[in-house]
Order: sequence, then structure tokens, then C-alpha cells
Amino acid sequence: MSITQYIFWFLSFLALMSALMVVFSRNPVYSVLFLIVTFFAIAGHYILLSAQFLAAVHIIVYAGAIMVLFLYVIMMLNLNQDAEPKKKTYVRVIAVVAIGLMLITLVGALKGATVNTPELTRTAGVGTVETLGKVLFNQFLLPFEVSSILFLSAMVGAVYLSKKNLQ
Amino acid sequence: MDPLIIKAIIVLIVFAITLLIATYSTYAERKVAAIMQDRVGPDRAGPMGLLQPLADAVKMFMKEEIIPSVSNKWLFILGPCIAMLTATMTGVVIPWGGPITIGETTFDLQITDLNIGILYLFGVVSLGVYGIMIGGWASNNKFSLLGAIRASSQMISYEIAMGFAIIALVMTTGTLSLKEIVLQQDAGFANVVYQPVGFVIFIICAFAETNRAPFDLPECETELIGGYHTEYSSMKLGFYLFAEYINMFISSAVIASFYFGGYNFPFQHELANALGMSANALSILQVVMFFGKIIFFIFLFMWVRWTIPRFRYDQLMNLGWKVLLPLSLANIFVTGIVMWAMGKL
Amino acid sequence: MLTNRSKQVVKREMTWLERAYFPAILSGMAITFKHIFMRKATVKYPEQTREFAPVYRGQHVLKRDEAGAERCTACGLCAVSCPAEAITMTAAERQKGEESLYREEKYASKYEINMLRCIFCGLCEEACPKEAIFLTDRIVPSTFERDSFIYGKDKLVEPKDQPVDVSKRQTPAVLAFKNDKKHKHNRTFLDKVLPKAKHH
Repeated sequence: MSITQYIFWFLSFLALMSALMVVFSRNPVYSVLFLIVTFFAIAGHYILLSAQFLAAVHIIVYAGAIMVLFLYVIMMLNLNQDAEPKKKTYVRVIAVVAIGLMLITLVGALKGATVNTPELTRTAGVGTVETLGKVLFNQFLLPFEVSSILFLSAMVGAVYLSKKNLQ
Repeated sequence: MDPLIIKAIIVLIVFAITLLIATYSTYAERKVAAIMQDRVGPDRAGPMGLLQPLADAVKMFMKEEIIPSVSNKWLFILGPCIAMLTATMTGVVIPWGGPITIGETTFDLQITDLNIGILYLFGVVSLGVYGIMIGGWASNNKFSLLGAIRASSQMISYEIAMGFAIIALVMTTGTLSLKEIVLQQDAGFANVVYQPVGFVIFIICAFAETNRAPFDLPECETELIGGYHTEYSSMKLGFYLFAEYINMFISSAVIASFYFGGYNFPFQHELANALGMSANALSILQVVMFFGKIIFFIFLFMWVRWTIPRFRYDQLMNLGWKVLLPLSLANIFVTGIVMWAMGKL
Repeated sequence: MLTNRSKQVVKREMTWLERAYFPAILSGMAITFKHIFMRKATVKYPEQTREFAPVYRGQHVLKRDEAGAERCTACGLCAVSCPAEAITMTAAERQKGEESLYREEKYASKYEINMLRCIFCGLCEEACPKEAIFLTDRIVPSTFERDSFIYGKDKLVEPKDQPVDVSKRQTPAVLAFKNDKKHKHNRTFLDKVLPKAKHH
């Protein structure tokens, strides 16, 4: 195996393990911290795919901003194991059934799929800012602008909701 | 020589210089504070007190290490580690000087020239807040938590304006690589000529991001005792304080690289020609000039700290969101219009 | 209005330039920069010492006379005059053979000043009829225990071999008083031995 493959396996293991820990941690703060580790592992994958821009933005936006806000809110609310509400038995049963159904669906969907290695065009600078910018603002200009309007409207909505004197 | 060995040596040198400058920043801070308040400052350890940082380090190491019994031990230890790690990681992309040729090989005085250098810097800086947050939360102390919460909201608020200031800079330079930005300033003017407003916004945000006065709300001793590092003692406290000084050093280097020509200085090639300097000698001189600029900005950080009183928290937020953010947006807009008018788009 | 110095305070809206803060910040930084070049107020203590005022009042001394006998006669006037009630003493009678130790028939067997209470006002020295107690320009050193601030005779009486100079505290009037042998208490046994013609 080449060093890239070693890194890939390590990052995959890290991503999966920390993702599992996000779910299994009883303390919400631990969950958030493991989620950050997961994001780092995924950013590592982006770098392996030579998409440095995506990796950097992933770190800046998710690990650097959104997770800080998550952590901020959890720290403010002071959630801990004791604050976790006791779940009723029938809720647990429903949850298990739902997850089982989803697992079956996933297995069924993957059973028929054939494993093929996609032909990756490993041209130099495929993930650089220049390439990405050109693609975004030529090929995908409309979706890009539409999604930015979506973000803007979400932001306006948040500001409106946080206004004190709502009528 | 093997390029990998050269890189390793450069990494070591940069790391050592970073630590050295940060160490002596603590001394300089006390000295600057003293002379601005008509005092003398530390002058007992060694000539002019130059061994004071050493004495401080020994003191920090010898002090009793206290981990509060109600704290979260692992995270309590992790906090200063992250703070130190993110602080030292930022020096990677900064170009310290021009190329140096030894024998056959030519190498740059830069650890690595990422084509997303600015984004890398920005990403690492945005991670710096975790050290403070985790440490503050793990201390299980209300003052620590308040400090951590203040730090996180302050850093997020000022990161936005800082990012927008950088975007305007990237618009004019057209690159995300620090090396290219510095080289462009060799050919033309320093970027501060094109981006004066961006520079002012950037430097204000740099003050806020490094938690320096007048934005040292996360650790303001009048309200929060010690803020996020209230419960810390010994070298863990030392790491937090040290990380702040490293951040200050790196911020100064970044400001110098972004807006003041980095290692370039006016008429450098004319001077080199007139004196008949070799390329290596010029590179060394450039490094010296770069450090001169960095030291000036470190002095500026301290100068401001000992001049301007601390903001109130609402003033801080108002400045960040209601002044700097619109200003930086307007800066991007005006930059775009001017570039369009000059036919550069 | 007693003086013309008072100013009417006006709280008006700040102008745009004032709200921008930058001129104020820059002028503030100019002020701090100016202070870099100003004279430093620091006195590097062990090497340099601050000059004392001639009227400085520091740690007390119980003087001896020229022959080395303690001047204090334990009259208690210093303790009475002391506004801080810092002085206590016990009187004792001089025994035969102690004439060279104590000047008068009565002396202080115990003399204590609590330096934490003392306000160094100098009233004790003013009250003393024997010119025995003086305040000097010595500083009372700090310690960690309260008990060590109660100074007994071991610390207060001047050592025989190294007299404490109190000439600064002795005004001409005091000196004249001290040298006037008309007063009985200014006469020592030396005066009895030496011929009287020397003084008159």
C-alpha cells in the first residue's frame, strides 16, 4: 500500500469512529468535540482528493464557525447527563424499528449496486480555487446564486425571529 | 541537499524563532508597559533584565500544577495544548525571505507555499478559539465559562469582518498564496496603498482575534478574574499566555506580509545593485527587514494595549457587527467598482 | 462658586468625527508615545535611595548621653502624649553601681513601642523632658509577624559603640536646652568630677 492509502484508511477509521462516538457519547460537549474530529477527518479526505479549497472551507465553515456556535449553545445551556430526559419504552421500540427498517433499505439498495472504480481525471489543480471558481460562476451560476438567496432569506428569517417585539 | 532535510531545518528554525520572539515579547510587553508609564520595568535578571523571560519560564515550570478536582481532566489538559498547537501552526505559510542558493539548490525561506495559504491561515486562526473554549468549559468554573463564551462569540464576530477584509485584498491581488502576494508587492506598491480601509479593518480584527487589549474581554481581570484561564496554573497557564504572544507575532507577520510588502523593502534591488550584494545577502537583508516590520507591529500591539482602555462587551459587539462588517462589505463593493472601472475585471 | 476653575459639564451628541474614535485613539497613542521619552519616576531602591526630607520621622531611638548612660527616666510623658497609644513602659529604680548605665535614679526597665500603632507624629519626642527619645530617618522594616513589630529596648536604645545621629531633629532650641547645665538633669557625674569653673 502506498502512503496515501495508509492515510486514507487512517482517516476513514478516524471519521467512522468519531462519528460513532458522536452518537454514543452521553455528554453533548463530547459529541460536539467528536463531530469536530469527524470534520477534520473528512477535510483530510478532501485533501487526498486534491481539493484543498474545499478542505480549507470545510474547516473554516464547519469546524471553525458552526461547531463553535454548537459548542457555545451547549455550554450556555449547560447540558449534561442529568439533563437528558428519560425516554419511554415505546419510544425506544419505535426508534429501534425505524433504524432497523432503514438498515434493511440501505442493505437492499447496496446489494444490487456494482462496485466500479470511477475514472478520476487527476489533472493538476482540479480542486484549486481558480478551477472551482470558474466552474461555479460559469457552469453553475444559477444554482450558486439561488442557494445564496436561500441563505440570505434564512438569515433574514433568523433576524426577524430574534426581534424582541414580534407582533 | 535533500529538499526534505532543508524543509525540516526551516521548520525547526521557524519554530525556534517563533518561540524566541514570543518569549521576548513577554519581556517587551513589560518593558513597553513600563516605559509608557514612566517606569523602568524588569531590570534585575541579567543586563537590562534580558534574562527575565528565562526567570519567568523557570517560575512557570516550578509552580504547583493544580487540576481542579471537579474539572474535566482530559479536556482541561487538551485546552492549552490546542491553544499552543493552533498558535504554532500558523507560521507555516508565511514567507520569511527571498530565495537562498546554497551550492546547486535554491530554496525559499518559507515552510510551504500553499495555493490556499490565506485560507489555511484563516482556518487555523478560526480553530484557535477551541483551546480557549475547551479549557474554559473543562475548568468547571463560572468565570472560566463566561470567558470562554465571550471568547467564542468575539472571535466568530470578528472573523467575519476579517474574512471580508481579506476578500477585498484577494480581489486586488488575485491570489491566495502568500508568496505571490508578497512578490506582487515587490513589483508594485505595498498593498496598504490599494487597501487602506481593508488594512484598518484587518488590524482591528487581528487585535480582537488575538484577544489583545482593547479586546481582551475573554480574560478581563476586572470582571472575570482571569477569564478562561482562571483555574490554570503552572505551565498550562504559561501555554495559554504563550499562545497569545505567538498569535501576536504571527498576526504581525501576516499584517506585514499582506499590507506592507512582507520581506520586501523600497529600492531593495537598487540598493543591492549599488552595493553589489549577492542574491543570498539580499535575502538575508530581506529577512532582517521583515523582522523589523514584525517587531514594529508587535510594538504597535503593545502600544495600543497600554493606551486604550478595554471595551464594554456590547460596544465590542456593536463595533464588530454594526461598524466593521458593513465597512468591510462596502470596502469589497468599492474595490470591485474601482477594479471594474480600471478594467481589471 | 468658590473658584473660577469649575466647568459646566455639557453632555451633547458626539460629532461624526468623535464617534469614529480614531482621532481620539491616535491622540491617546501620541500621549503614550511621548511618555516613552519622559523621565522615569522609578528609584532603583537598593542601589539608589530616595532623598529624605530633613523633617522625616522614622524609627525611634532612645538616646544615651555623652557618658553612655540611658537618658530616659521613665516619666511616661511620651506615652501620655502619644495619640496612637503605641508606647508602654515599666519604671524601675536604679541600684547602686548602675550609675554608668542609667542617668537618673529612675529608669525604664521595659520600654516598648508598637510600630503598627505608631503614626510617627513625633509628639513623644516633643514631650520628652530628657531629650531621650528621637525619631530618626531609619525605616521600620517590614516583617511577617505582628509580634515582631513591638520594639523593645533591644531595638530602641542606641548601641553604645554606634550612636545614632539625631542632629537633624535637634533644633537650636533643643541643643541649647540640652547643653544648659543649669538644669539638674543635664549634669552628669562627669560634671561633678570636673572643675565647675569650666562652665561658668
